Amino acid sequence: MLCCWIASMMSMNCLINCQFKCTEASLLGDSGTKMWFKCWDIISTYSFKIHHHYYQFIGSKRVSKTWWRKLLLSWVIGWTVVSIWIFCYMSSQATEKRRETLASMCDERARMLQDQFNVSMNHIQAMSILISTFHHGKNPSAIDQMTFARYTERTAFERPLTSGVAYAVRVLHSEREQFEKHQGWTIKRMDTLEKNPVHKDDYNPDLFEPSPIQEEYAPVIFAQDIISHVISIDLLSGKEDRENVLRARKSGKGVLTAPFPLLKTNRLGVILTFAVYKRDLPSNATPNERIQATNGYLGGVFDVESLVEKLLHQLASKQTILVNVLDTTNRSYPISMYGSNASDDGLELVSHLNFGDPFRKHEMRCRFKQKPPWPWLAITTSIGILVIALLVGHIFHAAVNRIAKVEDDCHKMMELKKQAEAADVAKSQFLATVSHEIRTPMNGVLGMLHMLMDTDLDVTQLDYVRTAQASGKALVALINEVLDQAKIESGKLELEEVQFDLRAVLDDVLSLFSGKAQDKGVELAVFISDQVPETLIGDPGRFRQIITNLMGNSIKFTEKGHIHVTVHLVEEVIDSIEVETESSSNNTLSGFPVADRLQSWKGFRTFSQEGSIHPFSDSINIIVSVEDTGEGIPIEAQSRVFTPFMQVGPSISRTHGGTGIGLSISKCLVNLMKGEIGFVSIPKIGSTFTFTAGFTSGSSSSKEYKSQQINNQTNSVSSEFRGKRALVVDPRSVRAKVSRYHIQRLGIHVEVVSDWKQGLSSISQGGSAFNMVLIEQEVWDQDLNGSAHFIDNLEKRAITTPKVFLLSNSISSSRANTTTSGVCNLTVIPKPLRASMLAASLQRAMGDGNKGNPRNGELPSLSLQNLLPGRKILIVDDNNVNLKVAAGALKKYGADVVSASRGMEAIELLTPPHRFDACFMDIQMPEMDGFEATKRIRDSEQNINDRIHFGELSVETYNNISNWHVPILAMTADVIQATHEECLRRIRSESVGRTSVHDLLMASVQPPLLWHALRYLNKSQFFPREKNVFL
Amino acid sequence: MDLVQLQRQFVDYRTSLYHEGFLDEQFTQLQELQDENNPDFVVEVVSLFFEDSERLLNELARALEQQSIDYKRIDAHVHQLKGSSSSIGAQRVQKVCIAFRNYCEEQNVEGCLKCLQQVRHEYSLVKTKLESLFQVRLPCRREIFFLSKMVLP
Repeated sequence: MLCCWIASMMSMNCLINCQFKCTEASLLGDSGTKMWFKCWDIISTYSFKIHHHYYQFIGSKRVSKTWWRKLLLSWVIGWTVVSIWIFCYMSSQATEKRRETLASMCDERARMLQDQFNVSMNHIQAMSILISTFHHGKNPSAIDQMTFARYTERTAFERPLTSGVAYAVRVLHSEREQFEKHQGWTIKRMDTLEKNPVHKDDYNPDLFEPSPIQEEYAPVIFAQDIISHVISIDLLSGKEDRENVLRARKSGKGVLTAPFPLLKTNRLGVILTFAVYKRDLPSNATPNERIQATNGYLGGVFDVESLVEKLLHQLASKQTILVNVLDTTNRSYPISMYGSNASDDGLELVSHLNFGDPFRKHEMRCRFKQKPPWPWLAITTSIGILVIALLVGHIFHAAVNRIAKVEDDCHKMMELKKQAEAADVAKSQFLATVSHEIRTPMNGVLGMLHMLMDTDLDVTQLDYVRTAQASGKALVALINEVLDQAKIESGKLELEEVQFDLRAVLDDVLSLFSGKAQDKGVELAVFISDQVPETLIGDPGRFRQIITNLMGNSIKFTEKGHIHVTVHLVEEVIDSIEVETESSSNNTLSGFPVADRLQSWKGFRTFSQEGSIHPFSDSINIIVSVEDTGEGIPIEAQSRVFTPFMQVGPSISRTHGGTGIGLSISKCLVNLMKGEIGFVSIPKIGSTFTFTAGFTSGSSSSKEYKSQQINNQTNSVSSEFRGKRALVVDPRSVRAKVSRYHIQRLGIHVEVVSDWKQGLSSISQGGSAFNMVLIEQEVWDQDLNGSAHFIDNLEKRAITTPKVFLLSNSISSSRANTTTSGVCNLTVIPKPLRASMLAASLQRAMGDGNKGNPRNGELPSLSLQNLLPGRKILIVDDNNVNLKVAAGALKKYGADVVSASRGMEAIELLTPPHRFDACFMDIQMPEMDGFEATKRIRDSEQNINDRIHFGELSVETYNNISNWHVPILAMTADVIQATHEECLRRIRSESVGRTSVHDLLMASVQPPLLWHALRYLNKSQFFPREKNVFL
Repeated sequence: MDLVQLQRQFVDYRTSLYHEGFLDEQFTQLQELQDENNPDFVVEVVSLFFEDSERLLNELARALEQQSIDYKRIDAHVHQLKGSSSSIGAQRVQKVCIAFRNYCEEQNVEGCLKCLQQVRHEYSLVKTKLESLFQVRLPCRREIFFLSKMVLP
């Protein structure tokens, strides 16, 4: 886009420039205009095309590249033309200016010459009047040669252009003799002189021949001294002079001869002749009258060469120009009057001269002496422009090349990036596949090990098998982690959307770690805010995984103190931030200082923008903190806590084990749950990890879901305790809060006091009696006397003696203390507190317990032979052989097997009421496959359940079972991923609709897997929703 | 006949069957399922397999002779055959069945016919082997059964 923009800008500029120049050109030069318009046309079409093409082929590199090249070429050519034009224009300007200078100089000279000539001519005319007045007007004449010569000599300054003046009289032939006698010389002719030009030195007038007889003569009688040699020469005998004389007397004006070499000096000159008349003639006198009236002729010799030279001397800058003066009366043969004839084709300018003779035409030609200088300005300017244009072109070229190169590089990088990403995905997929492949046989190994444990083994063997199984489990856990990481990295991990009880999940996790915590003497506690709903919809497995990871880490690094898990709603925490801050650091679960958990969620977005929480939507954001008093994370390692496979240091894995993948997975999972994770850690004090997670509220449709068994259990138990009252003696408010939370879950009303005194007073004054008193072991141990006193008083003061319980962290020590204290009715409740455990303990102690409920996880040990004692099982398979084999396998374990070969049969058999405990079904069957059959069975079950529920059908006819749900296990020989996924998908799609169908299992007829399936079947009597899919 | 000799003969023969790839683990497991309550289990299953397979093979031959071949049906038959052969552990038949199904998917008539031929061959082979195995066994089934329980892992 940038390129395109630049291109468009450039072409725009180009257009504007061009336009500007075009207008300029059209103003200044005519010839250039057309060319420029043409050029503009070309360029504009070009630029349009370029635009067009660029947009069209914006993706195609090669095309744009060629267009760039063309554009560059046209740019260079265009600017070359422009610079040439500029050169021409500037040099023509210079020439023009030169011409103008020359013209003005030439004109000036011509005018001066003309003026001076006119002045001289006027003077000569004046002299002619003088002659007519004093020579002809007086008798005898007042003028003789002497007078004339002197007068003319003295007035020569007034005629700067004349070299001499002479007067000739008109002498008719009849008067010749008299005239000659009077003058004392004969009239001489000058044409011989013209024929034989003589040198100046040996000029002798006596050499002239006497004039031949003619009608009339015009002998010179007066002459200036300089030209006194012309006296007695007949002017009419010289060709030029004769013409001159004749024209002069005819016109009555001064006339000029053509230039000719002067006598004696032999320089070029012209002669001006005026006629002198006897009387005044009218201005409109005819030529004949003029001829008749003619008395004589006054002639002035103009030595043009010297005159012009003199003139030029007067002017400055004579050396810069050459002046030629020419007589151009005859156009084809101009006669040069002055100046060298060196023909030069340089600049020449002509100025016309008017010497007052209309017959003769003169002109002045001026030239510069020097050749015109090189137009350096034009050259440098145009070259400069060209250079700039070329540089700009080069810059663009380089830029385009650079862009192309960068684009190429970018493409390469993209390719490499793609490859790298592909490699990464391949790696993740490989990891996923491999770990999956490892998991499958591992399940077999673990199953077999479990089977092995059921056989008769001696102690050593049992130990070996246990070790092997523990290792196997650890390996599977590790593989699961790697698989998770790989799945997350390849983006394959999807979260489930099922309803679950958060409290049950946390109880579960707590029970998982309770053993370890008790071994270490670390106090473990869970607190869930009342505002967190009972049931949420989300992925309990993944949520549990996060909690397990965090708690596992805490347990690993905590040697003393406590681990405290708190769950709140995000809104709740936001509201109570101010309240929380005042809680002092020593008000913690175990009294050890902890890292302030407020710090751990400092960076959370949820808190910075509260607007993102929609109060009306049914999404529920919970915030979970796991606080420990462990050794903390070193400051320098805190930045890479969430990086996979990074641990605090290499020594950590040696001392504590682990792959360092857990936190990374947790972070990814939290992100998937639209939450954030953060932590604060102070070395030697402890760490607090906090995360938020988004769930949807499951309360609206909770009735449709089967709530978890454990919850049912507690609910049934809680009904026994409902309405009872309990007193908790605990000085530490946080710990008391946890105790209260757990006891309240059983429906018991709780009151908390901080010491014995308060306890006694509340017991004595309380309106209704307390049914139980729970005492923190710490309080008990601190003051044994006080406790004894308390027990004594309790019996005295209370209306009904409440049971006394000791909340103890470690069982062994408390037992010892109990015995020493000698109080027999003291029951110890081991921590960590859990609703089920608490309920069981209370029940036992309150006397109405002892129901023989097996404790969680303590399943009746199963052996192969009594796994399916007399259970009725339906097997559906279209393949007779398979049917037979599967039936054989199940019969071997004591089951009562019914076989069916088609889906329809199975549906009929499984329509309630029936007595089947389970159904094994082949997935691939003709007519109706396993999925379809299962769906139909579920539909009919649901239908009947609903009708029973609404009383349409009596429960009695349905064997007193109100909730029909036969476990259906999928059977397939090829245990491959695709089928597995398909099963999962089917299960999901079905569970979304109505009821959860978490029982389509994968099972091969191979005994280990079959065994697993059966085990699952048995287990499912207790935990129907323990696990979705079993492999 | 000496029991020990018989036992060795039986074990040797069965081992050879495993080695030649006619049978696999599944057969072992099948044998494990046989006990006092169900003494003829293996023979029953195997004869069921023979019955089933012969029926399927005939069906297949007929289906392949038809003008317009119904590949879906053939696929279903081969699937059945594959399932039953894998159930008794006749792995060579099973393997040919897998190839057969691939050809079926491609709708390749020649391939199918070739595979049918192969399946028939493998089936008759495994049939004779199993028959001879039971021939060895049948006279002293009980003893052999207990022995096999002892010998097998």
